[in-house]
Amino acid sequence: MILSQRLNKRFEEVQSRGEVALIGYIMTGEPQLERTLEYIRAMEAGGIDMLELGVPFTDPIADGPILQAAHARALRQGVTIQTALQLVRELRKSSELPVLLMTYYNPVFKLGEESFARRCSEAGVDGVIILDLPIEEAQSWVNQARKYGLARVFFATPETPAERVTKICEYSSGFLYLVSRYGTTGISETLAPTARPLIERVKPLVPSDLRIAVGLGLSTRAQIESVVQLGVDGVIVGSALAARIAEGIAPQALTDYVRELKLGTRLSLTEPRRSES
Amino acid sequence: MAVKVQRPGAMKVGELPQEGHFGEFGGQFVPEILIPALKELERAYREISVRFDFQSELKALRADYGGRPTPLYFAKRLTEYAGGARIFLKREDLVHGGAHALNNALGQALLARAMGKQRVIAETGSGAHGVAVAMACAVLGLHAEIYMGACDIERQQMNVQRMKLLGATVHPVTSGSQTLKDAIDEALRDWVTNVPTTYYLMGSVVGPHPYPMIVRDFQRVIGDEIKGQLLRREQRLPDLLVACIGGGSNAMGTFFPFVTDEKVHFLGVEPAGAAALCHGSVGVFHGAKTFVLQDEHGYIHKTNSIAAGLDYPAVGPELALYKKLGRGEYIAVSDREALEGFRLLARFEGILPALEAAHALSAGVQRAQRMKRDQIVVITLSGQGDKDLDTVVRYDTQPASEQTL
Repeated sequence: MILSQRLNKRFEEVQSRGEVALIGYIMTGEPQLERTLEYIRAMEAGGIDMLELGVPFTDPIADGPILQAAHARALRQGVTIQTALQLVRELRKSSELPVLLMTYYNPVFKLGEESFARRCSEAGVDGVIILDLPIEEAQSWVNQARKYGLARVFFATPETPAERVTKICEYSSGFLYLVSRYGTTGISETLAPTARPLIERVKPLVPSDLRIAVGLGLSTRAQIESVVQLGVDGVIVGSALAARIAEGIAPQALTDYVRELKLGTRLSLTEPRRSES
Repeated sequence: MAVKVQRPGAMKVGELPQEGHFGEFGGQFVPEILIPALKELERAYREISVRFDFQSELKALRADYGGRPTPLYFAKRLTEYAGGARIFLKREDLVHGGAHALNNALGQALLARAMGKQRVIAETGSGAHGVAVAMACAVLGLHAEIYMGACDIERQQMNVQRMKLLGATVHPVTSGSQTLKDAIDEALRDWVTNVPTTYYLMGSVVGPHPYPMIVRDFQRVIGDEIKGQLLRREQRLPDLLVACIGGGSNAMGTFFPFVTDEKVHFLGVEPAGAAALCHGSVGVFHGAKTFVLQDEHGYIHKTNSIAAGLDYPAVGPELALYKKLGRGEYIAVSDREALEGFRLLARFEGILPALEAAHALSAGVQRAQRMKRDQIVVITLSGQGDKDLDTVVRYDTQPASEQTL
């Protein structure tokens, strides 16, 4: 099966508009299960180019307090992988928004990697991000994801040495997720000092067919603008959206916030990372 | 009457840890940001821990500071009570700090210092590991920060005060079930945030590789001593080793040196409310593939044990392999049985055991009753029970209907 065409096509479209992709996160079941789709549509209306859809876990060790609370609320509503996939099926009736499932590994392991990959593919998921599955443990997952045409998103961090970045890229498809700073998910006031050196160091190591997206801590248009100027293909906003949704933001106000963030993704001040003829 | 334990062959050599795995178990299922730190830890451990100066400093600290070797005590009156095999107690309750935890804490704190890490973080359930880390850091001039579930802080107040007096910072963890599992969650989050400056001093044979190996290696002194002491005294090996299992550090420390001694049987004792080996299924939790208590969606169960140090939904990956290979028998005992073990030891031997160790005592005495008088059972008494007096007294005064069976 050919890799998630929706994802690559969307990257190309965004690039041809002179922008980078804005990737927005929502936990399945936020703010309530019956309203998640409405909030996804609100984010899409505001201009997110891709969606990261969260699957909850009981022990989200990579997440800060904002997303921990979202995990807990989702679990209380009985959200599982199946719930997230049902949501994607609903979304697919009216939208071609690329969707990446974001999950911890144990729910995937419990369901079975093959079964999980097949169900994702059937539901219209484009890629999967598994927070606690480094490449050493990912060989069988990569095979399943490849078989079912799912993007396999892995991470590079300020701690990742060059030779490891190269190896991670070999396992990846869709994009490489750059973790801009130390720590769990959350909101930073300013762009982390680790972000620029990381992007500058990693960029030359990434093959031209793999995109780069940066996440962790981003919450303002100004932060996004400064990341975009460093020449990446996507920016990921998670906790900042989750916090607003948790605080009860109305869908229209969420659309407005996303629109403001999206303005920061214009490449007017810089050259695209690579020219696509 | 013959010992009713399984009689499997010893573990196959090929099943010993390879690339951080114990057979199908173990591994490094952690966020990418921790991978370089785990690799560095393994490299440092393999390089530093074999050095003569490291070994001699650890040996001296264990002896002069920690009080090792601990006695192997023949429990005469408990043996008479049981009326079966002779019961010996490995007195880890007499290690400085009152538990086996110091064996591991001293070893890893020395490693942290050798790696140039001044800040040490750790999780704790019963507080035994937290106290041991606080002591090791004090004596080696390091700074300790301990994560502890709010529920455990409530039921192990004495250890909280001890940690603070020893100069450690104690962080209450209010997420999830507010017990050991959540303390590990929070310690991992701290490590993700502070990995360049911080040493994570894992307290049990759980977590990502190389922790299960490192903690086992620092705890195997328990089993090594048992072997030497029993050979000197009785010119033979024991028939049965008994240890309680939460994460499994005192059990691995007790069992590991005997793993190829096929005639020595293992009895691992879990709490009924948190019995990952007895009631769990294979999953991935806290960085390792192992047996874990979980639902059909892979969500981790909350556990409920009277012993905070055993109140954990998973188990060390090497023990998961032992279980799968049939090396050892693994059973669960209730809170009430553990309390009976507590009272037995108090009345017959004048020793107040930790509630964790009381699980092993209860099962070990029951098993000894069914064994021959010329057989030998060694029960590892992993800690002392002063920390649990409130819990024991409260349980005694609780109406029977509210007691966990």
